[in-house]
Amino acid sequence: MEKKNWPLWEVFLRSRSGLHHVHAGSLHAADSEMALNNARDVYTRRNEGVSIWVIESKNIIANDPSESESFFEPASDKIYRHPTFYEMPNELKHI
Amino acid sequence: MLKQKISAYSILLGDQSLILGQRLGELCGHGPILEVDIAMTNIALDLLGQARLYYQLAAELSDTYEDEDQIAFLRREKDYNNCVLVEMPNGDFGDTIVRQYLFDVYHLMFLNQLKESNEKRLKAIAEKSIKEVRYHLNFSGDWILRLGKGTEVSNQKIQKAVDTLWPYTKELVQSSELETEMHGFGIAPNLADLEDEYYRQVKSKFAEAEIKLPEDKWSQIQGKKGLHSEHFGYLLSDLQYLQRSYPNSKW
Amino acid sequence: MDKFEQAFQNKLDNEEKIEPKDWMPEKYRKTLIRQISQHAHSEIVGMLPEGNWITRAPSMRRKIGLLAKVQDEAGHGLYLYSAAETLGIDRAELFDQLHSGIAKYSSIFNYPTISWSDIGAIGWLVDGAAIMNQVMLTRASYGPYARAMVRICKEESFHQRQGYEMMVSLANGTEEQKEMAQDSLNRWWWPSLMMFGPSNAESTHSAQSMAWKIKRKSNDDLRQQFVDVTVPQAEYLGLKIPDDKLKWNEERGHYDFGEINWDEFWEVVKGNGPCNKERLETRVKAHENGAWVREAAMAYSEKLNTAVNHK
Repeated sequence: MEKKNWPLWEVFLRSRSGLHHVHAGSLHAADSEMALNNARDVYTRRNEGVSIWVIESKNIIANDPSESESFFEPASDKIYRHPTFYEMPNELKHI
Repeated sequence: MLKQKISAYSILLGDQSLILGQRLGELCGHGPILEVDIAMTNIALDLLGQARLYYQLAAELSDTYEDEDQIAFLRREKDYNNCVLVEMPNGDFGDTIVRQYLFDVYHLMFLNQLKESNEKRLKAIAEKSIKEVRYHLNFSGDWILRLGKGTEVSNQKIQKAVDTLWPYTKELVQSSELETEMHGFGIAPNLADLEDEYYRQVKSKFAEAEIKLPEDKWSQIQGKKGLHSEHFGYLLSDLQYLQRSYPNSKW
Repeated sequence: MDKFEQAFQNKLDNEEKIEPKDWMPEKYRKTLIRQISQHAHSEIVGMLPEGNWITRAPSMRRKIGLLAKVQDEAGHGLYLYSAAETLGIDRAELFDQLHSGIAKYSSIFNYPTISWSDIGAIGWLVDGAAIMNQVMLTRASYGPYARAMVRICKEESFHQRQGYEMMVSLANGTEEQKEMAQDSLNRWWWPSLMMFGPSNAESTHSAQSMAWKIKRKSNDDLRQQFVDVTVPQAEYLGLKIPDDKLKWNEERGHYDFGEINWDEFWEVVKGNGPCNKERLETRVKAHENGAWVREAAMAYSEKLNTAVNHK
C-alpha cells in the first residue's frame, strides 16, 4: 500500500511579461521542483505562461467566508477613497 | 550524390526520434500518475515533431521518397536506421526512464554538435530541438535520482533496467559508415568525440543515484545498420498497419 | 431556512458563484463531488479507447493530433479532479471509488474502437456531444467546476474538428475508407445520443442539479440540440445516420428521431457493455503499476527534506 500521496500544489501563471501571476489550477507533486515541472507540463502546453509560481496548497492562508461581512463590508461605504467623490469645476479638463 | 546521402542521414536522425516517440506513445493513458502521463506525452510529441522535420527535409532532397509518411510508414525493417536502444520495450517505469535518460544524454550532446553543421537545414532542426531535449534530460535525470535513491524497491528496479540497457549505449557513440561520411563533409559530428563525455555524465549521475555501473561486455548492436531487435518487427506492425492494409489511401 | 441556507440560495438566485469555503448544503457538495468526479473519470477512461490507436495512426499528422488529443484528456481529468478536491476529497479517494466500481463514468467509453474511423467518429460525435454538455457547464454554479470547464472547452475546440476532418478524409477516400466511415457512424450514433443520459422523466439527479444551477439544460434539450447540428454534418459527409425515423419537423423546427434503446443503455451502465471490465482493469493496472513510482518519488523528497533540515 502507498504510504503517502503526493501533496497538492496551487499553480499561478504569468501569461506574458507585464501581467500579474494568475491562479491557473492545481496538481499533485512530490516536492517543489517536481511541482514546477508538472506545472510546466500540465498548464503551459499551449503557451499559456512565461513564468510559473507554485505553492503547496496547505500553505495558502485564506480568510473565513463566514466573516466576510466584517471583513469586507466596512470598505463599501468609504466612497471618499474614490475620485468621483470630489467635485471639480466643469471648465477644467485634465484633472 | 551528396543530396541523396544527406537525405539518408536525415532519415537516420528522424528514425531515432520517431521510434522513441512511438514507444512513448504506447504509454499515453497508462502512466503512474496523471502528471507524469502528461509530461511523458509532451516528450513523445516533441520527438514526433522532430521526426517530421527530419523526414520532411529528407523527402525534399530524396529521389526515392515523396513525403514524410512514405518514409515513416512504408520502409522495410532493415531500412530503419535507429539505434536499438530507442526500440527497446517500455517495460516498467524504471526501464522507460533509463532508456530515456541514456538517450537524452546522448541526444543533447549530439544536437549541440549538429547545430554546428554546415548543412543549414539540419542546423536549424538542431537549434529548435535542443530546447526540447534539454527539458527531456532534465525530466529523465530527475527521475533517475528519484528512483535510484527513493526506496529499496525502486533502486532494485532501476538497477535492473540499467543492467539490461547498458550494452545498447555503445552504439550511440559509434558512427556508422554513413555518419562517418557525413562527418567528412562537415555535416555530422564525429560520434567518437562524444564518447568520453557521454560516459562521464552518465556515470556521475548513476553514482549520485546510487546505481551500480554494469561491467562493460562485448556487444554487437547495430541498429544504425538496419539490424534490429526482435521487438522491432512488432513495433513496425503497429506503426505500418493502416498504410500497409489500405495502400494508396489518403488519411 | 437558516441564514446560511438563505445566503446560499441568494447567491444562486443572483447568479453568483459558490466558492470552496462558502457554506453549502451537504447534498450540494455530495452532488458536485459525484458529478465532477464522474466527469473526471470519464476523461481518464476515455483516454483508453482512443489511446488504443496512437501507435497505429496512419500518418505523422494524425499521430501527433491524436496523441495531443488524448493527452488533453489526461489534462482535463486532472483539472476536474482538482475541482473536486476543493470540495474536501482527495484524488486518491476518487480513484479508489473508480477502481472499486462505486463511481461511474460515461458509458460511451465501454464501446470498443475497432477501426481507425472510430477515432474520427469519436472526435466528431462523442466530443461533439460532450462539448454541448460542457459549454453548458461553464455556467455551473460552483466556481471551481465552472472555471475548469472554461479551460476544458477552450482546449476541446480542436478535438471535434480533428475528428470531423478525419471523417472528411475518409468520406472522400477510397470505397473501403467510405465503408469504414459509414460503419463507424452506424456503431457510434446511438451510443452518442445516449451520452446525454436518460430522458428527463427518468433522470434521477437532473431536477435537483438544475435547481442548484449545476446543470442548465435538460438531457432531452441537449440531445435535441445535438441531433439538430449533427444531421447536416453527416449529410455533408455523404453518410447515412442509422435511424429511419430521422426527419425534419417543420412545425417544431427540429429533427424528429427514433427511440433510443434504453435497455442497452442501462445494461452498459450496470457494467455489461462490451468493454466495461477491460477498461476498469486497465485503469487499475496502471495505478497499481505506478504505486512504487509514486512512493519512490515521495521517499526521495522526504530524504532530501531531512537532509536540508539537518544542515
